[in-house]
Amino acid sequence: MTYAPMLMVFAFAALVAGALLFLPKLAAPRRLTPVKAEPFECGKDPMEISEGRFAIKFSTVAIFFILIDIELLFVWPWAMLYRRLGWFGFAEMLVFLGILMLGFFYIWRKGGLEWE
Amino acid sequence: MSPVVPPPAVALGVLLPVLVVLAAAAVVLVLDVLPPRDSKAHLGGVALAGIIGALLAIVMRWGTDARAFRDMVLLDTYALYFDLVICYAAALIVMFSMDYLGRTGSESGEYYSLLLFSTAGMMLMASAGDLIVVFLALELMSLSLYVLAGFFKQRLTSGEASMKYFLLGAFASSFLLYGIALIYGATGSTNLDRIAAAAATRNAEPMVLIGLAMMLVGFGFKISSVPFHMWAPDVYEGAPTSVTAFIATGSKAAAFAAMIRVLVVALRGAQPDWSALLWALAALTMTVGNVVALAQSNLKRLLAYSSIAHVGYMLMGLVAGGGPGPGAVLFYLLAYTFTTVGAFGAIALCARAGEEAVEVSDYAGLARRHPVLAATLALFFLSLIGIPPLAGFVAKFYLFGAAVRAGYIWLTVIAVLNSAVAAYYYLRVIVYMYMREPDGEPVAVAPSLAGGLALTLAVAGIVILGLMPAPFADLAQVAVAPLLR
Repeated sequence: MTYAPMLMVFAFAALVAGALLFLPKLAAPRRLTPVKAEPFECGKDPMEISEGRFAIKFSTVAIFFILIDIELLFVWPWAMLYRRLGWFGFAEMLVFLGILMLGFFYIWRKGGLEWE
Repeated sequence: MSPVVPPPAVALGVLLPVLVVLAAAAVVLVLDVLPPRDSKAHLGGVALAGIIGALLAIVMRWGTDARAFRDMVLLDTYALYFDLVICYAAALIVMFSMDYLGRTGSESGEYYSLLLFSTAGMMLMASAGDLIVVFLALELMSLSLYVLAGFFKQRLTSGEASMKYFLLGAFASSFLLYGIALIYGATGSTNLDRIAAAAATRNAEPMVLIGLAMMLVGFGFKISSVPFHMWAPDVYEGAPTSVTAFIATGSKAAAFAAMIRVLVVALRGAQPDWSALLWALAALTMTVGNVVALAQSNLKRLLAYSSIAHVGYMLMGLVAGGGPGPGAVLFYLLAYTFTTVGAFGAIALCARAGEEAVEVSDYAGLARRHPVLAATLALFFLSLIGIPPLAGFVAKFYLFGAAVRAGYIWLTVIAVLNSAVAAYYYLRVIVYMYMREPDGEPVAVAPSLAGGLALTLAVAGIVILGLMPAPFADLAQVAVAPLLR
């Protein structure tokens, strides 16, 4: 019986989702135009090929940024407590940065930082 | 000045085998970008050295029962046994990969480091004492395997395999995570021991059961049990054969390791419930796997369905429960790993007309031209059928014995009938190799020293396991002991 509320949540979610799916079918007017019939209508011409794409290098740069971003997530609290952590904290951070630098070295030598 | 924060206890010794593998992966990554840049053959050697180092660490640590990081990571005989199985699989696969990658023109450092990263994830799964570590390790393993599955960038099927594996795998992981969240909600902890303690003090809670079912979905996907097996044939077919071997053995062993530990340690209070669930899963998995395998003409798909069927047998041991059941599963995994890695490795050596030989009909007349390889492949298939005196027979014997002694007669009857069905499609391959003539160009075998050595090791493994199984069965029983306290 204690789980009746949970079941009610499921039932309510199913009801709302189902209503959202089926009410438009009943109520909304359906005027099909050629534009609407195109796949992936997001304001862009789905048939366009070269101009619409962007270079993969943007996404690699984004991934590198996330790596450095997460590094900062660790370094920031460490820097706030730097003195209180003592030599242990210093050595731990050196290990962490060392591993990170290995990755950085790999990216660099693989040419991940070259724009052309 | 504010007081110094006391350094926490760091017990890296508990992670030693995993750390060795991870260090080897980092070394491979760095060496990859240092000269010589046009030849990558030496990186396989580095990876192999890392895995052998991990094996040494495992042997050195054998018998310990250590825990660290607030009981998040355990290093008991159970974890070490699985580390052993996983490292054996990884070592054999690295050896098969060396020439295979060169031949298919996709040799690179990333392959080996990803292989090592996923090995580390698998080993961590076996050591996990906390559901969060289970999830993190599972993701480390899976993410590496998703990339590896798509490693043949020029081949469309490889990309398809990677994409399918990734999408479905992410879906299954989210089920697992939801299950973990529900169990945390019901018991207030993600630590396996504390979940067991919390669950023992109260009555069976529906929320625990829903969490259990959701976690079984996640694990069921990774071990590819029916009805979560749909990805397996496509991924096995499309992925590079060496990667397929790893997905079929290493990732299954790791998922079984985590699943058995979670079920037997954390959810032992719910045993009647998960036992009943797994009974149905086991019966379904072995039947569907074997019956669908009958209709396969592609050898990699055939082995995919066969591996699904074997998962069904292994689930039987989990249903049987107690000491002998999981012990038999552990032994079965060892035998299955040797056999399956060997079979896929042998397939990786064969080519026909410049393509990989993956159709069963490609193997017609193999015995005439390459009698040794044909005999080896036949041995692996005979072991998969369960013909004495090979490993597969003994493994099935222990497993079925445990199920019968636990009183699951009907499940055993289903399993034995399935084994008989399975003999047909395995024997069909042997018939092709020995009794048919090839139409057109015959299959060619690439010479490979490392591959030959790995095949020899695998054959030695299944023969030794088959002829004198007692020490290894004892080992498996010792390994499950930490779970049953």
